[in-house]
Amino acid sequence: MSTGTTKLNVVVSDVVPVNELVTRFHFRRRDGELLPTFSGGAHVVVEMRDGNRTRLNPYSLMGSPLDTREYTISVRRDDAGRGGSLFMHRQVKPGLEMVISYPVNLFSLDLRAKKHLMLAGGIGITPFMAQTSQLAGAGGNFELHYTCRTASLGTYADVLQQRYGNRVRLYHDDREERIDLDRLLSSQPLGTHLYVCGPAGMINWVRDRAAALGWPPETVHFEHFAAPQPGAPFDVTLAVSGKTIRVGEQQSLLEAIETAGVDPPYLCRGGVCGQCETNVISSDGKFIHNDHWLSEEDHRSGCKIMPCVSRFEGKSLVLER
Amino acid sequence: MGITFRKETFRDDYTFRNSPEHIRRFPFPFNEDSYMYAVNIEPHVVGPKGSVLENLIDVDEHYVAEMQDRALVLAEDPLRCQSLPHMTLAGWDLLELLMEQQALGYPEHFTLERNGDRWRWINRPLGIDDTFTFGDTSTLPYGPMEYITRQSQGDFCILDQRDGNLWMDAGMVTTQADWSLDFDIGMNFFEWHAPVPLAHEKGIFTRALKFLTNIQQGKPARRLNWTMTINPRLDTSPENYHKWGPDRATVTPENVGQKVHLRVELQSFWRLPRSNAIVFPIRCYLIKMDELVTQPKWARRLHRVIRDLPEELATYKGLTRYRPTLVEWLSKLDDGSPTSPGFGPD
Repeated sequence: MSTGTTKLNVVVSDVVPVNELVTRFHFRRRDGELLPTFSGGAHVVVEMRDGNRTRLNPYSLMGSPLDTREYTISVRRDDAGRGGSLFMHRQVKPGLEMVISYPVNLFSLDLRAKKHLMLAGGIGITPFMAQTSQLAGAGGNFELHYTCRTASLGTYADVLQQRYGNRVRLYHDDREERIDLDRLLSSQPLGTHLYVCGPAGMINWVRDRAAALGWPPETVHFEHFAAPQPGAPFDVTLAVSGKTIRVGEQQSLLEAIETAGVDPPYLCRGGVCGQCETNVISSDGKFIHNDHWLSEEDHRSGCKIMPCVSRFEGKSLVLER
Repeated sequence: MGITFRKETFRDDYTFRNSPEHIRRFPFPFNEDSYMYAVNIEPHVVGPKGSVLENLIDVDEHYVAEMQDRALVLAEDPLRCQSLPHMTLAGWDLLELLMEQQALGYPEHFTLERNGDRWRWINRPLGIDDTFTFGDTSTLPYGPMEYITRQSQGDFCILDQRDGNLWMDAGMVTTQADWSLDFDIGMNFFEWHAPVPLAHEKGIFTRALKFLTNIQQGKPARRLNWTMTINPRLDTSPENYHKWGPDRATVTPENVGQKVHLRVELQSFWRLPRSNAIVFPIRCYLIKMDELVTQPKWARRLHRVIRDLPEELATYKGLTRYRPTLVEWLSKLDDGSPTSPGFGPD
């Protein structure tokens, strides 16, 4: 059976510029009903119909899970990306009818935690907006450390400080403020769980330090959706469906497979959930693996690829699709 | 037109029966003349009218009697219902799911009124009319999971999802086929399945876990499982083995039709929205051989399945002792003619 999600027909109810890079989008159901309840850390996949192109991008839900009249997401404009964020910023206006997926949570709170220690970098703040709302409503114990480039790019920093006071600590790169990570990680009460969402470098740094300081791996949670990167076009043979396709420069391999009428399962489209894992039948060239799902061994073997984020350079690639 | 709830027992004098309509809606689990494990999971969507899939949470003529039997089990052994401290939110999720589904499917028997956090729940078959605050445990007579599962047929396991695994961290288990919540509580998916033969070698649990951890909200899934039980006893637990285990030695050619029951579990899997946990309802359906063989196709097919069942599976399901007697009894109803494809009776 397909493991994709059920779709929701929504209308854009509001578009709010937050700062020079980030815009917030509000969605309501077209039939006026309530949206499904979700849990803090969940994302939805937004379908963007851009001319004859369809992009499917995941965004964290950042509203309170206690309020399901509308969903909100925040999109950071990426001028060098494949165009999804530019489409959202330029084309999406209030009243536009869109399709989004049911919420999926791959970055769930561990409700056994005595304390939730959250580290956000940049737009990685969005899942914590929902998680802090959920915890605050239930009297949960949390502390949020949020690094942003400048005060004006500290998306929702003001809202968070207003809501939670000194449970939120801000660090501004332009003022050379840095988290004293080792001290922070060394001074937590037993039973604390650590959550990190932000750029890959930050996630790796936090995970490495946590491991070095003896944090059990099951207490360290991270979410990093890799956006698919553009790259040189390449050709692929889909052996099961008997098709040969070309993956365009601005297209992901998964999108090219879907355009050819083949529908692999997916959930996150960011190299995390493992749903679209695909076997390689043969290849002559170099894989560009960008996912967080396959093991290093899998990457070296050349036998598997995650088509949502990974690419290929070389003479031939045959996939079991 | 409501359900006529039967007055019957699942212990002592065993007055449990299926009405003729309930015999025909029985979820017969074999779609061919042999049985082997498979990851037989499919989407849990509404099925034909008059089947057990007519509603996603099925309520049938045994509802009131099953709830009375559950109360008796809990009075003797409160550890059949357990919820670790971090699972209360999932309990509220389950309460919402079961109230919504029962009110949706059986409006003449159940009503749910919501006014923000203030909810009113009317359960007419059990004579309950409670108003409470959703999310506030102090406004209910039990924790949310215990409250609603004392009013819902079937066992319920709530599985917390973390570290790429599922953990049996809460449940209400009183109608089980020889397993114990008190023993399994806190175990992960591989730990609680450790006793199952053959399936590990086939990699079934690795694949099943991968599937289950990806179950999405709004897209529940289901599968059927089966075993056999002597006498229509719902509570065949390890804790009470001394009460039902010896029954397996009492099967004779004369009493097969009345004593031997096919026990089918309709298992479903649902993502819970607030807690991100999975709830795993295990709904038990019983049918005695005399009732089952009123459908000639089922009689022929069950004969072939039980006769050809691999020895390990027969042992695991506890059939060894009476299998020859049962096969001999069923063989008289199998003229060797072909059976039609599919599960349903002809």
